[in-house]
Amino acid sequence: MNDSQLLRYSRQILLPQIDVSGQQQLLNSKVLIIGVGGLGSPVSMYLATSGIGHLVLVDFDQVDLSNLQRQILYDTTQIGQEKIVAAKHKLQLLNPEIQITAINQQFDKKFADDLFNQVDVVVDCSDNFATRFALNATCVRLGVPLISGAALRWEGQVSVFLLNQANSPCYNCLYNDCEQETETCNEVGILAPLVGIIGSIQALEVIKVLLNMGQSLAGKLLRFDAYNNKWHQASLKQDPTCPVCNNTKSV
Amino acid sequence: MTITVKFFASLREQVGKTETQIEFSDSLTVNKIWQQVTANKVLPKHILVAVNQEYASQDTTVKEGDEVAFFPPVTGG
Ligand SMILES: [Zn+2]
Repeated sequence: MNDSQLLRYSRQILLPQIDVSGQQQLLNSKVLIIGVGGLGSPVSMYLATSGIGHLVLVDFDQVDLSNLQRQILYDTTQIGQEKIVAAKHKLQLLNPEIQITAINQQFDKKFADDLFNQVDVVVDCSDNFATRFALNATCVRLGVPLISGAALRWEGQVSVFLLNQANSPCYNCLYNDCEQETETCNEVGILAPLVGIIGSIQALEVIKVLLNMGQSLAGKLLRFDAYNNKWHQASLKQDPTCPVCNNTKSV
Repeated sequence: MTITVKFFASLREQVGKTETQIEFSDSLTVNKIWQQVTANKVLPKHILVAVNQEYASQDTTVKEGDEVAFFPPVTGG
């Protein structure tokens, strides 16, 4: 690390658990973020400023006026731009020293495995069940840790699936066989600070998983009911009948 | 036997309850509890259930003193 980097990251290097070696580890890390919308905004911004050395962003949308209420990565001058282009521009302004790869594509089952083999952690910031199930299946198959977050209306949830470890539950254990589509933010609404809170917890969990420290949300699901100010955390075990994560782990 | 049933977030409005106690004599599954408190509605697959702070399935059997919590699905981002 050079002097400017030591200064840029000085406030987190001060934390004895992180120190220079932890910061160096973050700089050497590569994180894949699926979706740069309401959750992807705080996730990518905090991971960029924290000095995660290489961020890979995947999205296929354009910036819309209705996004700006909560997708704080974008501003009014960027309406109509490809999100991935606008996001990369903003993140490089926040931290020019990190590498950002922007992929303008929708994540689906046909998405290349190569990318997953090169990253340390995947962050699910997508907005629908289909993408979440496809992403989970890929992470299970390739054994990549998945930090999953979701928010809608006044409620949100976060979980960590350490799919690089044996007997980890997966996203499919949680919503077994759930193929029906549920509501989206466009239909039922979403409160802006809520995605900020949920996305910030995701970013925090990414850092802890990368540095392998503290108590992560692995094996737990944290739920937040913002309207009633209720937090709820419950433990989550691997479902022995889960068709996605069961066979792959015992082989 | 008495158990406590809790509804989280938007399920409170949907079910019209925040928390309720139910009394029963036979052993009850999570599924049966949902039916009992919602006037025999089918428990949707995407609603998560925790029994005593541990995620459970629809056929988990509950016992005296248990706390059963239902959570609506959240997929937005
Ligand atoms: Zn599973």
